[in-house]
Amino acid sequence: MSQELADLHAMWRIRVLEETILRLRLDGDVVGSVHLENGQEAIAVGACRRLRKQDAVFSTYRGHGWALARGVPPEKILAELLYRRTGVNGGRGGSAHFSAPEYGFYGENSIVGAGAPIAVGAALAAKFDGSGRVALTVFGDGAMNQGGVTEAMNLAAAMDLPVVFVCENNKYSELTPINDMVRNPDLSARAHALGIPAVRIDGNDPAEVAAAVGLAVTTAEHGRGPTFIEAATRRITGHYIGDAQTYRPAGELEADEKNEPLVRLGQKLGEAQAQKAEQRARDEIAAATERALAAPLTDPSTAREHLYV
Amino acid sequence: MSETAKLTYGGAINAALARSLDQMPETLLFGEDVALPGGVFGVTRGLRKAYGERVFDTPISETAMLGAAVGAAIMGRRPIVEIMWADFMLVAFDQIVNQAANVRYVSEGRLSAPMTIRTQQGNAPGACAQHSQNLEALLLHVPGIRVAMPVQAQDAYDLTLSAVACDDPVVVIENRTLYAGAKAEVQIGGQIAPIGGHRLRRAGDDITVVTWGAITSSVEAAVDATGVSADVIEAVWLNPFDTEAVLASVRRTGRLLVVHEANLTGGFGAEVVARVTESGVPLKTPPKRVGAKDSRIPAAVQLAREVLPQTDEIAAALKAMTR
Repeated sequence: MSQELADLHAMWRIRVLEETILRLRLDGDVVGSVHLENGQEAIAVGACRRLRKQDAVFSTYRGHGWALARGVPPEKILAELLYRRTGVNGGRGGSAHFSAPEYGFYGENSIVGAGAPIAVGAALAAKFDGSGRVALTVFGDGAMNQGGVTEAMNLAAAMDLPVVFVCENNKYSELTPINDMVRNPDLSARAHALGIPAVRIDGNDPAEVAAAVGLAVTTAEHGRGPTFIEAATRRITGHYIGDAQTYRPAGELEADEKNEPLVRLGQKLGEAQAQKAEQRARDEIAAATERALAAPLTDPSTAREHLYV
Repeated sequence: MSETAKLTYGGAINAALARSLDQMPETLLFGEDVALPGGVFGVTRGLRKAYGERVFDTPISETAMLGAAVGAAIMGRRPIVEIMWADFMLVAFDQIVNQAANVRYVSEGRLSAPMTIRTQQGNAPGACAQHSQNLEALLLHVPGIRVAMPVQAQDAYDLTLSAVACDDPVVVIENRTLYAGAKAEVQIGGQIAPIGGHRLRRAGDDITVVTWGAITSSVEAAVDATGVSADVIEAVWLNPFDTEAVLASVRRTGRLLVVHEANLTGGFGAEVVARVTESGVPLKTPPKRVGAKDSRIPAAVQLAREVLPQTDEIAAALKAMTR
């Protein structure tokens, strides 16, 4: 299979997983706050194919796809959202806060920007533990206005730590246009100001993402410190399930849907290949969903376990 | 092998940190001004020279420091972070409450955060409102975070080691008025105790006084001055709190006084009183709390004295309750 076809298939896996979660949420099988990443799949897919086993990903609450791209089985992700015993954390994390360290996925975070300093700590550990680990932290454009992200970037820069900062700039910080919340819309300029090499890339092209992340990983593993990647993308769904998206100007969503990564790469590879990739993903996720739904709920008597060692 | 050394409170902490760095190669020690300058109170002096890169200075970025500790701990390091003043931990409370405290629980035990946060709190003459607060109750409200408050040099040594060896996040709250006090005999090199427990500072029959932090010495002075026969229980560990020891004492004395330097409302003293009254232990007189009078802390010494608990106030409570 060509790299492009592999990327398309990987993106379809995320899209179908997210569509499935949407359906489960609307049916009431999944409850609570859920954030989907439809339209942003190329970033997770492109980045994760350049990460090694020893690398650590710290994502946001919009992280189902990052977990999947990192290798977490879809059944375990779905079971987590369904609060099943077979979920990656037995339902303690849920949609917005699960982790699966055995797959190099060190967790989502429901506090905007909070994963960045923690990723810096994972990189700090690498300086001493001989693991060769590179830590990748992904966050949205909105997180750039959290002080902790700037603190984390500066600490990583000051100590030359092996961190890749990936900013998924989907144009909206939650429900508010990022460009209304900053004076300089070039978010990578902040990294430059801190002495961190930074690039702005097309986040809807998995190959371009992979190239940037690959270079960042090489830079980090050779002791040359952090890199900042601003990946331009568009979220073609709400900030959360139920978001009325009244903040979008007319016609924007339609335009974004024409340029989303699955459509783009699908058109390039042709309908036959694209359909095959989609169908494979649908078959896999459907089977995973069935198994996840059949698993037992986590036993309520375990609710207070694991508070302390 | 255990031996004895004459150490100040600050010196005892330094000795415990040195032993941690020496015997636990996964430890890291970092914070603002802790490495080359040796700490603003000199507590970490000499450790950079002795242990090299594992001891390092950080930017004035509490969120990055504490977040880095969480991340390093998740990966198997054992970070020890100094937050210069407890008041400063508030700018990074997210990394303690939302992050560190959740690591083990939310991951269903797949991850842990064995990190120690050393800080110091409390009023001292001339300290301003943002360098005076007693904030332990904020931490005690958060399951997942252990809290220790040593006052004596021996406890400073022992509790620091227990905290570092603990596989969960621990906040050790020190007191800067004690760092450079008189030297005391400190047993060093003995076995590292598990977390938890209390210290009985005075033994008596008529009242149980539960206290913690530097004000313990005011409680001892008040007991000695009044001649009241009191059990003085110093809660050197506030999480886990030794409820059983308090109940056993109150069962015998029938009276409970709790003294802390922190504000009364929402203070941990209220929790101690609640646990004792809920237990049904018969009380001869209503329980009482002595603490700061729900106030901001003024810089002026004569004003601070008015809002913070004083020895004579503790003595008056002891006398009134045992009359």
